[in-house]
Amino acid sequence: MIVAPVIVAPVIAQADEPFVRWDWVGRNLDNLWAATQEHIVLTGIAIGIGLIISMGLSIVALRWRKTYTPITWVTGLLYAIPSLALFALLVPITGLTLLTAEIGLVSYTLLILIRNIVAGIDGVPEPIIEAARGMGYTERKLFTDIQLPLAMPVIIAGVRIATVTTIGLITITALIGQGGLGFFILRGLQFYSAIGTTQILAGTVLSVVLAVTADLLLLGLERLLTPWARRRAVM
Amino acid sequence: MEFVGDVVNWFLSAENWSGPAGIPNRVWEHVQISVIATGLAAVIALPPALWLGHFRRGGFLAVAVVNIGRAVPSFAIMALFLPISIRLGLGLGFWPTLLALFALALPPIFTNTYTAVRDVDPALVEAGRGMGMRERQLLWTIEAPMASPVIVAALRVSAVQVVATAPLAALVAWGGLGRYIIDGFAVRDNVRVLAGGILVAVLSVGTELLLGALERRIVPRGLSRATEQVVPPAHG
Repeated sequence: MIVAPVIVAPVIAQADEPFVRWDWVGRNLDNLWAATQEHIVLTGIAIGIGLIISMGLSIVALRWRKTYTPITWVTGLLYAIPSLALFALLVPITGLTLLTAEIGLVSYTLLILIRNIVAGIDGVPEPIIEAARGMGYTERKLFTDIQLPLAMPVIIAGVRIATVTTIGLITITALIGQGGLGFFILRGLQFYSAIGTTQILAGTVLSVVLAVTADLLLLGLERLLTPWARRRAVM
Repeated sequence: MEFVGDVVNWFLSAENWSGPAGIPNRVWEHVQISVIATGLAAVIALPPALWLGHFRRGGFLAVAVVNIGRAVPSFAIMALFLPISIRLGLGLGFWPTLLALFALALPPIFTNTYTAVRDVDPALVEAGRGMGMRERQLLWTIEAPMASPVIVAALRVSAVQVVATAPLAALVAWGGLGRYIIDGFAVRDNVRVLAGGILVAVLSVGTELLLGALERRIVPRGLSRATEQVVPPAHG
Protein backbone atom coordinates (compact mmCIF):
# COMPACT_ATOMS: atom_id res chain seq x y z
CA MET A 1 0.00 0.00 0.00
CA ILE A 2 1.15 3.52 -0.72
CA VAL A 3 1.44 6.29 1.81
CA ALA A 4 -0.55 9.25 0.69
CA PRO A 5 0.22 12.69 2.07
CA VAL A 6 -1.76 13.20 5.22
CA ILE A 7 -3.91 16.23 4.80
CA VAL A 8 -7.14 16.82 6.63
CA ALA A 9 -9.45 18.34 4.09
CA PRO A 10 -11.37 21.31 5.49
CA VAL A 11 -14.67 19.96 4.17
CA ILE A 12 -17.39 20.00 6.78
CA ALA A 13 -19.93 17.20 6.67
CA GLN A 14 -23.53 17.86 5.82
CA ALA A 15 -25.66 17.61 8.94
CA ASP A 16 -28.20 15.41 7.16
CA GLU A 17 -25.58 12.94 5.99
CA PRO A 18 -25.74 9.52 7.68
CA PHE A 19 -22.94 8.67 10.11
CA VAL A 20 -22.23 5.29 8.51
CA ARG A 21 -22.39 4.60 4.79
CA TRP A 22 -23.28 0.93 4.63
CA ASP A 23 -23.05 0.98 0.83
CA TRP A 24 -19.31 1.67 1.18
CA VAL A 25 -18.97 -1.36 3.44
CA GLY A 26 -20.85 -3.48 0.93
CA ARG A 27 -18.62 -2.39 -1.93
CA ASN A 28 -15.41 -2.95 0.02
CA LEU A 29 -15.91 -6.34 1.64
CA ASP A 30 -13.02 -7.81 -0.37
CA ASN A 31 -10.65 -5.00 0.65
CA LEU A 32 -11.69 -5.27 4.29
CA TRP A 33 -11.10 -9.01 4.28
CA ALA A 34 -7.68 -8.59 2.62
CA ALA A 35 -6.68 -5.98 5.23
CA THR A 36 -7.89 -8.23 8.04
CA GLN A 37 -5.72 -11.06 6.71
CA GLU A 38 -2.75 -8.70 6.45
CA HIS A 39 -3.43 -7.63 10.04
CA ILE A 40 -3.42 -11.25 11.22
CA VAL A 41 -0.15 -12.00 9.38
CA LEU A 42 1.54 -8.89 10.85
CA THR A 43 0.38 -9.93 14.34
CA GLY A 44 1.55 -13.51 13.87
CA ILE A 45 5.03 -12.47 12.74
CA ALA A 46 5.41 -9.99 15.63
CA ILE A 47 4.25 -12.39 18.34
CA GLY A 48 6.19 -15.34 16.86
CA ILE A 49 9.50 -13.50 16.66
CA GLY A 50 8.79 -11.73 19.95
CA LEU A 51 8.26 -15.07 21.68
CA ILE A 52 11.47 -16.56 20.28
CA ILE A 53 13.57 -13.56 21.37
CA SER A 54 11.80 -13.33 24.75
CA MET A 55 12.24 -17.01 25.44
CA GLY A 56 15.95 -16.74 24.69
CA LEU A 57 16.42 -13.64 26.87
CA SER A 58 14.33 -15.18 29.66
CA ILE A 59 16.49 -18.30 29.69
CA VAL A 60 19.56 -16.06 29.93
CA ALA A 61 17.93 -14.07 32.75
CA LEU A 62 16.95 -17.22 34.64
CA ARG A 63 20.37 -18.81 34.20
CA TRP A 64 22.36 -15.67 35.09
CA ARG A 65 20.21 -13.71 37.56
CA LYS A 66 22.28 -10.54 37.33
CA THR A 67 21.24 -10.07 33.71
CA TYR A 68 17.53 -9.77 34.54
CA THR A 69 17.67 -6.14 35.66
CA PRO A 70 19.58 -4.88 32.58
CA ILE A 71 17.33 -6.93 30.27
CA THR A 72 14.15 -5.45 31.73
CA TRP A 73 15.76 -2.01 31.78
CA VAL A 74 16.56 -2.09 28.08
CA THR A 75 13.23 -3.63 27.03
CA GLY A 76 11.50 -1.18 29.37
CA LEU A 77 13.24 1.72 27.66
CA LEU A 78 12.13 0.39 24.26
CA TYR A 79 8.60 0.13 25.61
CA ALA A 80 8.72 3.73 26.80
CA ILE A 81 9.43 5.08 23.31
CA PRO A 82 6.16 6.03 21.59
CA SER A 83 5.46 3.90 18.54
CA LEU A 84 5.32 6.82 16.13
CA ALA A 85 8.71 8.01 17.39
CA LEU A 86 10.23 4.55 17.11
CA PHE A 87 9.02 4.25 13.52
CA ALA A 88 10.36 7.73 12.81
CA LEU A 89 13.76 6.68 14.14
CA LEU A 90 13.75 3.51 12.01
CA VAL A 91 12.40 4.84 8.71
CA PRO A 92 15.62 6.67 7.72
CA ILE A 93 17.46 3.33 8.14
CA THR A 94 15.03 0.64 7.04
CA GLY A 95 12.58 2.68 4.98
CA LEU A 96 8.79 2.43 4.71
CA THR A 97 8.88 -1.35 4.89
CA LEU A 98 7.45 -4.38 6.61
CA LEU A 99 10.81 -4.74 8.38
CA THR A 100 10.44 -1.31 10.01
CA ALA A 101 6.95 -2.17 11.20
CA GLU A 102 7.98 -5.54 12.60
CA ILE A 103 11.08 -4.21 14.40
CA GLY A 104 8.81 -1.80 16.25
CA LEU A 105 6.07 -4.33 16.92
CA VAL A 106 8.47 -7.01 18.15
CA SER A 107 10.24 -4.47 20.42
CA TYR A 108 7.00 -3.74 22.23
CA THR A 109 6.23 -7.42 22.94
CA LEU A 110 9.55 -8.08 24.68
CA LEU A 111 8.99 -6.41 28.07
CA ILE A 112 5.56 -7.99 28.56
CA LEU A 113 6.64 -11.46 27.43
CA ILE A 114 9.93 -11.58 29.35
CA ARG A 115 8.34 -10.41 32.60
CA ASN A 116 5.66 -13.06 32.33
CA ILE A 117 7.97 -15.90 31.30
CA VAL A 118 10.38 -15.19 34.16
CA ALA A 119 7.57 -14.71 36.69
CA GLY A 120 5.91 -17.90 35.46
CA ILE A 121 9.06 -20.00 35.82
CA ASP A 122 9.86 -18.40 39.18
CA GLY A 123 6.37 -19.21 40.37
CA VAL A 124 6.85 -22.98 40.05
CA PRO A 125 6.95 -24.29 43.65
CA GLU A 126 10.39 -25.31 44.87
CA PRO A 127 9.29 -28.77 46.21
CA ILE A 128 8.24 -29.74 42.68
CA ILE A 129 11.67 -28.79 41.33
CA GLU A 130 13.37 -30.69 44.16
CA ALA A 131 11.22 -33.76 43.54
CA ALA A 132 12.08 -33.69 39.83
CA ARG A 133 15.81 -33.32 40.59
CA GLY A 134 15.52 -36.21 43.02
CA MET A 135 13.98 -38.30 40.26
CA GLY A 136 17.05 -37.60 38.14
CA TYR A 137 15.77 -34.92 35.77
CA THR A 138 18.53 -33.07 33.93
CA GLU A 139 18.36 -29.26 33.96
CA ARG A 140 17.17 -29.24 30.35
CA LYS A 141 14.46 -31.86 30.93
CA LEU A 142 13.45 -30.06 34.12
CA PHE A 143 12.94 -26.86 32.13
CA THR A 144 11.03 -28.31 29.18
CA ASP A 145 8.97 -30.96 30.99
CA ILE A 146 8.31 -29.45 34.41
CA GLN A 147 8.91 -25.70 34.64
CA LEU A 148 7.62 -24.62 31.24
CA PRO A 149 4.29 -26.49 31.42
CA LEU A 150 3.65 -25.31 34.97
CA ALA A 151 4.49 -21.73 33.99
CA MET A 152 2.16 -21.88 31.00
CA PRO A 153 -0.82 -19.98 32.52
CA VAL A 154 1.35 -16.96 33.35
CA ILE A 155 3.19 -17.12 30.02
CA ILE A 156 -0.04 -17.31 28.02
CA ALA A 157 -1.47 -14.45 30.07
CA GLY A 158 1.52 -12.44 28.86
CA VAL A 159 1.03 -13.58 25.27
CA ARG A 160 -2.60 -12.44 25.47
CA ILE A 161 -1.63 -8.94 26.58
CA ALA A 162 1.15 -8.75 23.99
CA THR A 163 -1.21 -9.92 21.23
CA VAL A 164 -3.98 -7.46 22.05
CA THR A 165 -1.44 -4.63 22.29
CA THR A 166 0.17 -5.61 18.98
CA ILE A 167 -3.15 -5.77 17.14
CA GLY A 168 -3.84 -2.21 18.24
CA LEU A 169 -0.36 -0.95 17.42
CA ILE A 170 -0.42 -2.37 13.90
CA THR A 171 -3.00 0.26 12.94
CA ILE A 172 -0.31 2.93 13.46
CA THR A 173 1.99 1.21 10.96
CA ALA A 174 -0.43 2.44 8.30
CA LEU A 175 1.61 5.64 8.52
CA ILE A 176 4.64 3.79 7.21
CA GLY A 177 2.74 2.04 4.44
CA GLN A 178 1.82 -1.16 6.31
CA GLY A 179 -0.98 -1.25 8.79
CA GLY A 180 -3.54 -3.90 7.85
CA LEU A 181 -6.84 -2.44 9.02
CA GLY A 182 -5.12 0.80 10.03
CA PHE A 183 -5.07 1.64 6.33
CA PHE A 184 -8.80 2.38 6.48
CA ILE A 185 -8.47 4.49 9.62
CA LEU A 186 -5.74 6.58 8.00
CA ARG A 187 -7.60 6.92 4.71
CA GLY A 188 -10.80 7.77 6.54
CA LEU A 189 -9.01 10.75 8.06
CA GLN A 190 -7.95 12.03 4.68
CA PHE A 191 -11.24 12.86 3.10
CA TYR A 192 -13.62 14.04 5.70
CA SER A 193 -17.19 12.95 4.99
CA ALA A 194 -19.50 10.11 6.00
CA ILE A 195 -17.40 7.86 3.75
CA GLY A 196 -14.36 8.83 5.82
CA THR A 197 -16.14 8.15 9.12
CA THR A 198 -17.32 4.81 7.78
CA GLN A 199 -13.76 3.81 6.94
CA ILE A 200 -12.46 4.86 10.36
CA LEU A 201 -15.25 2.88 12.03
CA ALA A 202 -14.74 -0.16 9.81
CA GLY A 203 -11.02 -0.28 10.58
CA THR A 204 -11.62 0.27 14.30
CA VAL A 205 -14.43 -2.25 14.72
CA LEU A 206 -12.60 -5.00 12.81
CA SER A 207 -9.41 -4.34 14.76
CA VAL A 208 -11.28 -4.61 18.08
CA VAL A 209 -13.07 -7.76 16.91
CA LEU A 210 -9.70 -9.23 15.95
CA ALA A 211 -8.21 -8.35 19.35
CA VAL A 212 -11.13 -9.84 21.29
CA THR A 213 -11.16 -12.99 19.14
CA ALA A 214 -7.41 -13.51 19.54
CA ASP A 215 -7.73 -12.98 23.29
CA LEU A 216 -10.50 -15.57 23.59
CA LEU A 217 -8.66 -18.08 21.40
CA LEU A 218 -5.56 -17.76 23.57
CA LEU A 219 -7.69 -18.14 26.70
CA GLY A 220 -9.07 -21.35 25.19
CA LEU A 221 -5.54 -22.51 24.41
CA GLU A 222 -4.54 -21.87 28.01
CA ARG A 223 -7.46 -23.93 29.33
CA LEU A 224 -6.52 -26.69 26.90
CA LEU A 225 -2.83 -26.74 27.86
CA THR A 226 -3.28 -26.36 31.61
CA PRO A 227 -6.39 -28.10 32.81
CA TRP A 228 -5.00 -28.12 36.37
CA ALA A 229 -4.37 -24.50 37.29
CA ARG A 230 -4.86 -20.85 36.61
CA ARG A 231 -2.65 -17.96 37.67
CA ARG A 232 -2.64 -14.25 37.06
CA ALA A 233 -0.45 -12.24 34.73
CA VAL A 234 2.29 -9.94 35.93
CA MET A 235 1.19 -6.96 33.90
CA MET B 1 27.14 10.10 7.87
CA GLU B 2 25.95 12.93 5.70
CA PHE B 3 22.44 12.18 6.91
CA VAL B 4 23.46 12.43 10.56
CA GLY B 5 25.05 15.79 9.75
CA ASP B 6 21.79 16.94 8.17
CA VAL B 7 19.88 16.02 11.33
CA VAL B 8 22.40 17.85 13.50
CA ASN B 9 22.09 20.89 11.23
CA TRP B 10 18.31 20.68 11.51
CA PHE B 11 18.61 20.96 15.27
CA LEU B 12 21.12 23.81 15.00
CA SER B 13 19.17 25.79 12.46
CA ALA B 14 17.70 28.97 13.97
CA GLU B 15 14.48 28.74 11.97
CA ASN B 16 13.55 25.52 13.80
CA TRP B 17 13.71 27.31 17.13
CA SER B 18 11.29 30.16 16.49
CA GLY B 19 7.78 30.80 15.23
CA PRO B 20 4.69 28.59 15.31
CA ALA B 21 6.52 25.65 13.65
CA GLY B 22 9.57 26.01 15.91
CA ILE B 23 10.53 23.45 18.53
CA PRO B 24 9.58 25.58 21.60
CA ASN B 25 6.04 26.17 20.32
CA ARG B 26 5.61 22.51 19.30
CA VAL B 27 6.76 21.35 22.74
CA TRP B 28 4.36 23.83 24.35
CA GLU B 29 1.42 22.58 22.24
CA HIS B 30 2.34 19.00 23.10
CA VAL B 31 2.72 19.54 26.85
CA GLN B 32 -0.25 21.90 27.16
CA ILE B 33 -2.82 19.51 25.72
CA SER B 34 -1.31 16.54 27.59
CA VAL B 35 -1.61 18.34 30.93
CA ILE B 36 -5.19 19.43 30.27
CA ALA B 37 -6.26 15.94 29.11
CA THR B 38 -4.66 14.12 32.05
CA GLY B 39 -5.91 16.68 34.57
CA LEU B 40 -9.44 16.48 33.23
CA ALA B 41 -9.35 12.67 33.28
CA ALA B 42 -8.17 12.72 36.90
CA VAL B 43 -10.95 15.11 37.95
CA ILE B 44 -13.61 12.98 36.24
CA ALA B 45 -12.28 9.49 37.08
CA LEU B 46 -11.08 9.86 40.68
CA PRO B 47 -14.35 10.54 42.56
CA PRO B 48 -16.32 7.56 41.18
CA ALA B 49 -13.25 5.28 41.41
CA LEU B 50 -12.70 6.23 45.09
CA TRP B 51 -16.32 5.74 46.09
CA LEU B 52 -16.87 2.55 44.10
CA GLY B 53 -13.65 1.19 45.62
CA HIS B 54 -14.86 2.14 49.08
CA PHE B 55 -18.16 0.32 48.65
CA ARG B 56 -16.47 -2.50 46.71
CA ARG B 57 -18.98 -2.16 43.90
CA GLY B 58 -18.42 -2.15 40.16
CA GLY B 59 -15.42 -4.46 39.94
CA PHE B 60 -16.76 -5.65 36.63
CA LEU B 61 -16.73 -2.07 35.34
CA ALA B 62 -13.10 -1.61 36.39
CA VAL B 63 -11.98 -4.70 34.52
CA ALA B 64 -14.08 -3.89 31.46
CA VAL B 65 -12.79 -0.31 31.24
CA VAL B 66 -9.17 -1.36 31.16
CA ASN B 67 -9.76 -4.21 28.71
CA ILE B 68 -11.69 -1.99 26.33
CA GLY B 69 -8.95 0.62 26.68
CA ARG B 70 -6.44 -1.98 25.59
CA ALA B 71 -8.44 -3.42 22.70
CA VAL B 72 -9.34 -0.13 21.00
CA PRO B 73 -6.20 1.19 19.28
CA SER B 74 -5.14 4.66 20.42
CA PHE B 75 -4.81 5.60 16.75
CA ALA B 76 -8.46 4.63 16.24
CA ILE B 77 -9.58 6.70 19.23
CA MET B 78 -7.74 9.72 17.85
CA ALA B 79 -9.29 9.17 14.41
CA LEU B 80 -12.82 8.58 15.71
CA PHE B 81 -12.91 11.81 17.65
CA LEU B 82 -12.35 13.83 14.49
CA PRO B 83 -15.80 13.19 12.95
CA ILE B 84 -17.39 13.34 16.41
CA SER B 85 -15.79 16.69 17.14
CA ILE B 86 -16.81 18.09 13.77
CA ARG B 87 -20.40 16.90 14.23
CA LEU B 88 -20.45 18.64 17.61
CA GLY B 89 -19.26 21.80 15.90
CA LEU B 90 -15.94 21.79 17.76
CA GLY B 91 -13.89 21.63 14.59
CA LEU B 92 -10.41 20.30 13.93
CA GLY B 93 -7.24 20.37 15.96
CA PHE B 94 -7.57 21.15 19.65
CA TRP B 95 -10.90 19.54 20.53
CA PRO B 96 -10.66 16.14 18.83
CA THR B 97 -7.15 15.83 20.28
CA LEU B 98 -8.23 16.78 23.78
CA LEU B 99 -11.25 14.44 23.74
CA ALA B 100 -9.19 11.52 22.43
CA LEU B 101 -6.36 11.99 24.94
CA PHE B 102 -8.93 12.40 27.73
CA ALA B 103 -10.55 9.11 26.71
CA LEU B 104 -7.15 7.42 26.70
CA ALA B 105 -6.19 8.77 30.13
CA LEU B 106 -9.39 7.65 31.87
CA PRO B 107 -9.06 3.82 32.08
CA PRO B 108 -5.72 3.52 33.90
CA ILE B 109 -6.65 6.21 36.44
CA PHE B 110 -10.10 4.75 37.10
CA THR B 111 -9.16 1.09 37.33
CA ASN B 112 -5.97 1.47 39.36
CA THR B 113 -7.62 3.86 41.83
CA TYR B 114 -10.60 1.58 42.23
CA THR B 115 -8.45 -1.50 42.81
CA ALA B 116 -6.12 0.30 45.21
CA VAL B 117 -8.97 1.54 47.43
CA ARG B 118 -10.77 -1.79 47.30
CA ASP B 119 -7.63 -3.67 48.32
CA VAL B 120 -6.87 -1.60 51.42
CA ASP B 121 -6.59 -3.98 54.37
CA PRO B 122 -10.20 -4.45 55.59
CA ALA B 123 -8.95 -4.69 59.20
CA LEU B 124 -7.87 -1.02 59.03
CA VAL B 125 -11.26 0.05 57.71
CA GLU B 126 -13.06 -2.02 60.35
CA ALA B 127 -10.91 -0.47 63.07
CA GLY B 128 -11.88 2.98 61.80
CA ARG B 129 -15.52 1.99 61.73
CA GLY B 130 -15.25 0.63 65.27
CA MET B 131 -13.92 4.02 66.34
CA GLY B 132 -17.11 5.58 65.01
CA MET B 133 -15.82 7.02 61.70
CA ARG B 134 -18.31 7.86 59.00
CA GLU B 135 -18.01 6.52 55.46
CA ARG B 136 -16.54 9.78 54.21
CA GLN B 137 -13.96 9.82 56.99
CA LEU B 138 -13.02 6.21 56.32
CA LEU B 139 -12.39 7.05 52.70
CA TRP B 140 -10.49 10.29 53.30
CA THR B 141 -8.45 9.42 56.36
CA ILE B 142 -7.75 5.71 55.88
CA GLU B 143 -8.40 4.36 52.41
CA ALA B 144 -7.29 7.29 50.23
CA PRO B 145 -3.94 7.76 52.04
CA MET B 146 -3.25 4.02 51.99
CA ALA B 147 -4.06 3.87 48.28
CA SER B 148 -2.24 7.09 47.43
CA PRO B 149 0.99 5.50 46.14
CA VAL B 150 -0.93 3.47 43.57
CA ILE B 151 -3.09 6.44 42.64
CA VAL B 152 -0.04 8.63 42.08
CA ALA B 153 1.59 5.87 40.04
CA ALA B 154 -1.58 5.53 37.96
CA LEU B 155 -1.57 9.27 37.26
CA ARG B 156 2.04 8.99 36.10
CA VAL B 157 1.35 6.00 33.84
CA SER B 158 -1.63 7.81 32.39
CA ALA B 159 0.27 11.05 31.79
CA VAL B 160 3.10 9.20 30.09
CA GLN B 161 0.69 7.41 27.80
CA VAL B 162 -0.97 10.70 26.89
CA VAL B 163 2.38 12.32 26.05
CA ALA B 164 3.29 9.24 23.99
CA THR B 165 0.01 9.28 22.03
CA ALA B 166 -0.21 13.05 21.53
CA PRO B 167 2.08 12.90 18.44
CA LEU B 168 -0.84 11.33 16.56
CA ALA B 169 -2.70 14.60 17.05
CA ALA B 170 -0.89 15.91 13.99
CA LEU B 171 -3.27 13.69 12.00
CA VAL B 172 -6.29 15.66 13.18
CA ALA B 173 -4.64 19.01 12.45
CA TRP B 174 -3.31 19.78 15.92
CA GLY B 175 0.32 20.75 16.44
CA GLY B 176 2.70 19.19 18.89
CA LEU B 177 5.91 17.34 18.15
CA GLY B 178 4.10 14.76 16.01
CA ARG B 179 3.86 17.42 13.30
CA TYR B 180 7.52 16.93 12.37
CA ILE B 181 7.04 13.17 11.93
CA ILE B 182 3.69 13.23 10.14
CA ASP B 183 4.66 16.13 7.86
CA GLY B 184 8.06 14.56 7.31
CA PHE B 185 6.41 11.31 6.18
CA ALA B 186 4.07 13.24 3.88
CA VAL B 187 6.86 15.06 2.03
CA ARG B 188 9.38 12.20 2.41
CA ASP B 189 11.76 14.36 4.42
CA ASN B 190 13.65 11.80 6.52
CA VAL B 191 15.70 14.47 8.29
CA ARG B 192 12.56 16.04 9.72
CA VAL B 193 11.10 12.58 10.50
CA LEU B 194 14.16 11.54 12.48
CA ALA B 195 14.40 14.89 14.27
CA GLY B 196 10.74 14.55 15.25
CA GLY B 197 11.28 10.98 16.40
CA ILE B 198 14.15 12.07 18.63
CA LEU B 199 12.12 14.95 20.09
CA VAL B 200 9.08 12.77 20.82
CA ALA B 201 11.19 9.98 22.33
CA VAL B 202 13.09 12.45 24.54
CA LEU B 203 9.91 14.15 25.71
CA SER B 204 8.17 10.83 26.51
CA VAL B 205 11.07 9.19 28.30
CA GLY B 206 11.77 12.53 30.02
CA THR B 207 8.18 12.73 31.25
CA GLU B 208 8.43 9.20 32.61
CA LEU B 209 11.69 9.93 34.44
CA LEU B 210 10.54 13.31 35.75
CA LEU B 211 7.21 12.05 37.06
CA GLY B 212 8.92 8.96 38.48
CA ALA B 213 11.33 11.17 40.42
CA LEU B 214 8.46 13.39 41.58
CA GLU B 215 6.57 10.32 42.72
CA ARG B 216 9.50 9.11 44.82
CA ARG B 217 9.62 12.51 46.50
CA ILE B 218 5.95 12.88 47.38
CA VAL B 219 5.03 9.31 48.32
CA PRO B 220 5.91 8.51 51.96
CA ARG B 221 8.60 5.85 52.15
CA GLY B 222 6.48 3.62 54.37
CA LEU B 223 3.87 3.33 51.65
CA SER B 224 6.11 3.01 48.59
CA ARG B 225 5.49 -0.45 47.25
CA ALA B 226 3.09 0.67 44.60
CA THR B 227 4.60 0.71 41.15
CA GLU B 228 4.51 -3.03 40.63
CA GLN B 229 0.76 -3.11 41.25
CA VAL B 230 -0.16 -0.61 38.60
CA VAL B 231 -1.73 -2.05 35.48
CA PRO B 232 -0.04 -0.33 32.54
CA PRO B 233 -2.31 0.95 29.80
CA ALA B 234 -2.21 0.07 26.16
CA HIS B 235 0.80 1.28 24.27
CA GLY B 236 0.82 4.75 22.62
